[in-house]
Amino acid sequence: MQLTEKHKQYWQKNLRLTGILLAVWFIVTFVIGYLARDLQSITILGFPFPFYMAAQGSLVVYVLIIWYYAHAMNKLDQEYGVHEGDD
Amino acid sequence: MATQSTASFSAQLTRYYSFYTGGFVAFVILIAILEQMGVPNKILGYMFLGATVLLYAGIGIMSKTADVSEYYVAGRRVPALFNGMATGADWMSAASFIGMAGTLYLSGYDGLAFVLGWTGGYCLVALLLAPYLRKFGQFTIPDFLGARYGGNIPRSIGVFAAILCSFTYVIAQIYGVGLITSRFTGLEFSVGVFAGLAGILVCSFLGGMKAVTWTQVAQYIILIVAYMIPVVWLSVKHTGNPVPQIAYGYVLEKVTAREQVLNDPTTPDGAKEAEVRAIFKQKQEAAEGKLKALEAGGAAYLAEEKGKLVQAAADLKAKPDADPAAVAAADKAVADFPVDAAAATAAWKKAAAGAKAKAGPIAAHAEPFAGKDDEARNKKRKNFLALVLCLMVGTAALPHILMRYYTTPSVKEARKSVFWSLFFIFLLYFTAPALAVLAKFDVYTLLVGSSFSELPSWVSAWAAVDKTLMSVTDINKDGIVQLAEITIGGDLIVLATPEIAGLPYVITGLVAAGGLAAALSTADGLLLTIANALSHDVYYKMINPHAATTRRLAISKGLLLVVAVFAAYVTSLKPGDILFLVGAAFSLAASAFFPALALGVFWKRANKWGAILGMSAGLGTCMYYMFMTYPFFGVNAPLWWDINPISAGIFGMPAGIIGVVVGSLLTAAPSKEVQDLVDHVRYPNLEGDIKTEAA
Repeated sequence: MQLTEKHKQYWQKNLRLTGILLAVWFIVTFVIGYLARDLQSITILGFPFPFYMAAQGSLVVYVLIIWYYAHAMNKLDQEYGVHEGDD
Repeated sequence: MATQSTASFSAQLTRYYSFYTGGFVAFVILIAILEQMGVPNKILGYMFLGATVLLYAGIGIMSKTADVSEYYVAGRRVPALFNGMATGADWMSAASFIGMAGTLYLSGYDGLAFVLGWTGGYCLVALLLAPYLRKFGQFTIPDFLGARYGGNIPRSIGVFAAILCSFTYVIAQIYGVGLITSRFTGLEFSVGVFAGLAGILVCSFLGGMKAVTWTQVAQYIILIVAYMIPVVWLSVKHTGNPVPQIAYGYVLEKVTAREQVLNDPTTPDGAKEAEVRAIFKQKQEAAEGKLKALEAGGAAYLAEEKGKLVQAAADLKAKPDADPAAVAAADKAVADFPVDAAAATAAWKKAAAGAKAKAGPIAAHAEPFAGKDDEARNKKRKNFLALVLCLMVGTAALPHILMRYYTTPSVKEARKSVFWSLFFIFLLYFTAPALAVLAKFDVYTLLVGSSFSELPSWVSAWAAVDKTLMSVTDINKDGIVQLAEITIGGDLIVLATPEIAGLPYVITGLVAAGGLAAALSTADGLLLTIANALSHDVYYKMINPHAATTRRLAISKGLLLVVAVFAAYVTSLKPGDILFLVGAAFSLAASAFFPALALGVFWKRANKWGAILGMSAGLGTCMYYMFMTYPFFGVNAPLWWDINPISAGIFGMPAGIIGVVVGSLLTAAPSKEVQDLVDHVRYPNLEGDIKTEAA
């Protein structure tokens, strides 16, 4: 099976999206986690910011990351003609 | 395969599960009415657990199947939303349902590693694995390793690792089943284990993945309802706001203020706390003194100490007006005295550690990585981040979860399904920290400062059931409860919430049913993974590829039974600590599977020898570190960079990645067929594509 230029572009776009979303994932988890003690003085809805992120904020971001990926990729499939037929 | 469209199947399922939810609510109301009529709690407990298990059995029997695709992957027609619910139940175990809020109560911010790790891992599942595995579309995770890397060796290592981590995890689940069954029905723990086992088997035995999927959806509904009701109620009680996740920020502020008062000896409450802590400090020093003397004096010191106790008891008895209670206490002290030096060391070390924990100030709930100096704080931070990473990568490598994405009708549905999975898991996980704070507020403000003669009823009730879960002792004999006088076991928080919130017993029964649903559903998924690895990967793919369908399914079901009974037997021996078993499963999965799976999709150059080297290096490093450092194995070697054994995967993962890369680059590139396979999984649909999906 031979891949066309278009196929390669699709995969590149997928890789870029995956990379960006993983970077967001990394920042909300590990960067904020690492700096937790330094961010303690910021308050949000009564919570210290790092506690809020670890208990709720990051979780919301994770849900959004996955929702956005599914949405964007399902659209990209259509755009590049690699989508599956309707069952 | 599919005889009706996904949309109409989805609509039909929605109808079924709406009826089911309505029926369940009616059942709860019925029990509530029975309670008001005076039916004893124990009977209600039996009814709750019995009815739910019968219900799962009913779904299991209705889903019986003789079709291979239905047995292994539920016929690949589970819509995204329902697969999400099933994954949620599959995912959330007894540890999440019962243990999580308790862990957060006891360790504050640092406990959030579990919340982050067990949700963030789904980002990796969604971005790196689920859509590609669905496109590949066979039956098990070793299937993918076998096809991608070729030959039986990668598949065999995959089978071994899948069984190792699933078995470690399933023991923790069956333990949870036994605990709940025995607590709410009064059966012996080991009887409870086997009774629970029957419940697990009825779901999966006849219908495999198909039955497990539909019971898991039912179990998810019960467990989420059971978790939410008491927390919402507690939130209304303390904040007047029925959305605990929003309301508890201000409760957390109050808890923090209260912590400061209790830690400040110049306030009346703080002074009382300081008094109790001083007593614990003395106890700690006394135990440490005895340890030191034992080290110096050995057996002679032990005999001398025992002699003193015997003498004291004799002196007391010799007095004409001896108090009988004091005599009994003196006799007990003699009887409880450690028999040899090893027992004495263990007992006194435990006493010293217990007293030390009570002698220090209260750790602030919202403070990350609390410690006495920078070194201690950095050590905590390092372990927190390492644990988060191990749990996340482990999530994206546990075969019983990845397997669920084989069951959706398409790649598109698989992507959406990861979203629904995390959404349903998120509902529970962002509630648990709220529950922990609300319960803490209750304890810090209502229980602390109350009088020993009028303890809240839930305190005396739970203290009577199990001293490790709840005990209060008046250490400084002032008749008032101080925080340092309370000992709470983590599991108490979820189990006692309905009573803390002042709800009737029916809600307690509901929580028990929810906990049982969480443990049963996870155990089902895990047992099925183990049995499938043995029957499909070992028997069908390696021993007898020409086996007929009926024979394959018969063997699979037989193995399921054998594995389940064996797991229950191991559980009844009560090995190790639950949280460690769970953590170990994640570290093992992360080290063994993740590098070979992810690189298999994203790096075409990865080949058979890379996979073999990477998987064995990852698994080997992880197992070696656990064996050397986890106290259970008795080696107790020094830690590497202070990393706790639960996060052994932090060393296993890089070893695995380096192994795959080095092994692949040292040997020839994979064949054209394998590279085509990689392209095949990368594109949901390609013209002139090969076909890998197994019917």
